[in-house]
Amino acid sequence: MKRSNAPVFWALFGAGGMLSALIAPMLVFITGIAVPTGFLLPADAMSYERMLRFAHNGFAKLALLAVVSLFLWHGGLRMYHSLHHLGFHTGAGSKLVIHGISLLGTVAAAWALLTIGF
Amino acid sequence: MSQVRTYTRPMAGWWRKNPYFVKYMIREASAPLFYAYALWLLAGLVALARGEAAYNTWRSASSHPLSILLHAVVVVFAIYHTWTWFRVLPKTTPDIDVQPRVLVAAGVAVAVVCCAALFAFAWWATR
Repeated sequence: MKRSNAPVFWALFGAGGMLSALIAPMLVFITGIAVPTGFLLPADAMSYERMLRFAHNGFAKLALLAVVSLFLWHGGLRMYHSLHHLGFHTGAGSKLVIHGISLLGTVAAAWALLTIGF
Repeated sequence: MSQVRTYTRPMAGWWRKNPYFVKYMIREASAPLFYAYALWLLAGLVALARGEAAYNTWRSASSHPLSILLHAVVVVFAIYHTWTWFRVLPKTTPDIDVQPRVLVAAGVAVAVVCCAALFAFAWWATR
């Protein structure tokens, strides 16, 4: 019998769900509201020099990769199932597209972090 | 060749008929929002790798009022995701032998601590 690949996607979904449940409200607030408006945090908190220095750190690289990649896998799996709930029974095609974008996103994030260097 | 036409019960709008399912679908709306947020962060990361000009374009796009408004929407849904994620924790982790109410409270408390720690880190790192 062919082994199912579902546990891999469910594990990524679970990890992304837990990570986002723990930090997403504050993370989105910081990167999307607080820093761009200069509210509570300095407006240059995410300046080029500062973020470049941050992204050089190995732990920061792991954290950035985890956030981008796991949020994609988590959101992607749920989006795929939501299609079904909404009556779009698109089957393997949409699964391939959604997981394909998540995979490409993960590779792109890893590429960017490696290009930035250590 | 003609297809066999068996009756299929129409399911359009099924979730609008029950408030429980409406709440479920509102919750599911956070999935594309997280997806979009991850892609936005990824765009910033790629821009950072490409150089200062590319990154500053991403930064100025991030401070556009529309971007801030959309991020505010994501924050609201993220809070709802946190709350519901930990509310179902007693069901998703049936092996943990703790009172369901205690488990939910502990999960939410850990999330609050994580968020506070993240803000404290951002505060400390940018002083």
